[in-house]
Amino acid sequence: MPTTDVMREAPGWLHPRCRTSVARNAARAAGAAARRLRGGSGVVIGGRVLLAVEPGSISAVSRGRDITLVSGTNGKSTTTAFIVAALGEEAPVATNRDGANTAVAVAGLLGSTDARRVVLEVDEDWLPWAVRETSPHAVALTNLSRDQLTRHHEIHSVAEAWRSGLAGVPVVIANADDPAVVWSALAGERQVWVALGARWTADSLVCPGCAGRCIRTGSDWACRDCALRRPVPDWWLEDDILRSATASLPLLLELPGRCNLANAALAVVVAHHVGATSPGEAARRLRAVHSVAGRFKRIRFRGHDLRIMLAKNPAGWLELLDLMASEQHPLVLILNAEGVDGRDPSWIYDVSFRPLRGRTVVVQGRRATDLLVRLEHDGVAATHVPGPLAAALWKLPAGRVDVVGNYTAFRSTVREVQRA
Amino acid sequence: MPDEVGIVHVYPDLLGTYGDRGNVLPLVRRAGARGVRTRVVEVPAEAALPLHGDIYLLGGGEDAAQLLAARSLHKDKRASGVLGSRPCLAVCAGLQILATRFDDAEGRPQPGLGVLDATCGRLARRAVGEIVTEPQSLPDIPTLTGYENHRGTAVLGPAARPLGRVIAGVGNGCGRWEGGVQGRTIATYLHGPVLVRNPALADLLLTWAVGELPPFDDVDVERLRAERLDAADPRRRGARRMLLGHRVA
Repeated sequence: MPTTDVMREAPGWLHPRCRTSVARNAARAAGAAARRLRGGSGVVIGGRVLLAVEPGSISAVSRGRDITLVSGTNGKSTTTAFIVAALGEEAPVATNRDGANTAVAVAGLLGSTDARRVVLEVDEDWLPWAVRETSPHAVALTNLSRDQLTRHHEIHSVAEAWRSGLAGVPVVIANADDPAVVWSALAGERQVWVALGARWTADSLVCPGCAGRCIRTGSDWACRDCALRRPVPDWWLEDDILRSATASLPLLLELPGRCNLANAALAVVVAHHVGATSPGEAARRLRAVHSVAGRFKRIRFRGHDLRIMLAKNPAGWLELLDLMASEQHPLVLILNAEGVDGRDPSWIYDVSFRPLRGRTVVVQGRRATDLLVRLEHDGVAATHVPGPLAAALWKLPAGRVDVVGNYTAFRSTVREVQRA
Repeated sequence: MPDEVGIVHVYPDLLGTYGDRGNVLPLVRRAGARGVRTRVVEVPAEAALPLHGDIYLLGGGEDAAQLLAARSLHKDKRASGVLGSRPCLAVCAGLQILATRFDDAEGRPQPGLGVLDATCGRLARRAVGEIVTEPQSLPDIPTLTGYENHRGTAVLGPAARPLGRVIAGVGNGCGRWEGGVQGRTIATYLHGPVLVRNPALADLLLTWAVGELPPFDDVDVERLRAERLDAADPRRRGARRMLLGHRVA
């Protein structure tokens, strides 16, 4: 499990219940102060205070709530936002809308709200901790693929930690098309399988259970050397229709792309299982989601019609390249390699950028040269324009521009356009 | 000079986790810039290696994938002979598979192909970060830059020489050496991909395959090399401080 410097021994001179109360009040005060002084949600500061004052308080503040956790390499934030929309509850649903998903963020959010219903996205490494501390009623899992390997190192070690951590979870609603997800989810008490499809399969060729060969045949998969195989899905996605044995639900979304259909499908099934909502009603509510923490945000900026997108790993890039395949307007691609991006951006060589040949491409970011060289190797002519997004747009004709960044690049881009 | 180079990418399905697929691209690009055509053959795990490739590439992979790849290559009775007799680049898990022996994730010794006179154990702590090495065994190769992300060691036997001396980073975890060279086999823990960041290594492999090549300068790749070396090579950081007028510690 990851650790933070704030998870230390609690002061022992107070009764545990008092410590929790003191911690919660201190966290709320710190969060409020941070919101006033620095803007933002203040949940990370609040979480740091909560964990510093009483590391054991997360279990206490989780008690009596109906908590759903969402994790996976791709689609956590969007699935979480879709679940909240699909639940359509009148009572407030607490959720981490800004995508902060580590221990301090989870702690901060739980300490800052009295909402009974909580839907939280959780970083893959922190999921076992979050399950242990919050005792969720349900966990939803999207996928496991290579991402930030300087932090996660190996996908298999994340899957192993999930499998240990998910033991005893009442229901795990999981992607049937990802062997590592299925193997982990089997540790829960009950599973609901949703076939979301898998465009990126390079990380599921080795069986997570026995280290044998996982063989894919069309949409099916099975380990050649043990009993692990694709479970029979309870729900499956066919184009933009979510189906079960008894239902057929069109998913009409404001967010584009196959990846968002997969996120929406998982969200509908989760909302149906954890809330008092019919799948059809849940599906209809998804149209209320137009953008998730800036993802796919369309905005007019410096004479251009921007669409801002996040691609932080090969699986995410594959989905975006598919989404952009039929388009020809200019692109600004921004690459950083800060801590949360993963310090090693060589994953860009796991994606073929050939579909971008012939398009006007500008590269930016602290690792722009890496990206420029990568594109050159795929025959994509690009220009490096240092500085903020505005500098890149200055070089481009007015009109539509797609902006794609990895995590910190995406966040700074959203901030830049929001400041204007 | 042959007008076509056959590049054999060995098991990219199992040994391709850390961007090492990218090592194919500079070979194709730099050969093409000299008018040499390339033919890339991707060999999936459990398929037989072609016998007459000109350059063979093995990349990195997770522990379980490495073990599967090693077992699969052992079943291919001609694999070690082919890989030991042709120009070959092996990265990370690929290095360990070519070694005489490597330890698996549980610390159990597993037989390698014995192409590289080396035994590979496990580091106490994973080596993750930028790495800079000074080449020792290959002529006319400038400072090497890459990114390491591994738990493997490599103790070289008398038949192998280190690829480089570690300037920054961990490398083989034994002394200050990184990688190994034996005949026309280059083995290294450097990702990056290593041939993108170090085009001289790509040219060396091509030269082994087709003979002398005319020069080819790639401005953007040289800029990338300079950026990564500026970021990680302590000697350059010192020089930069001096140029900027700061006192060197």
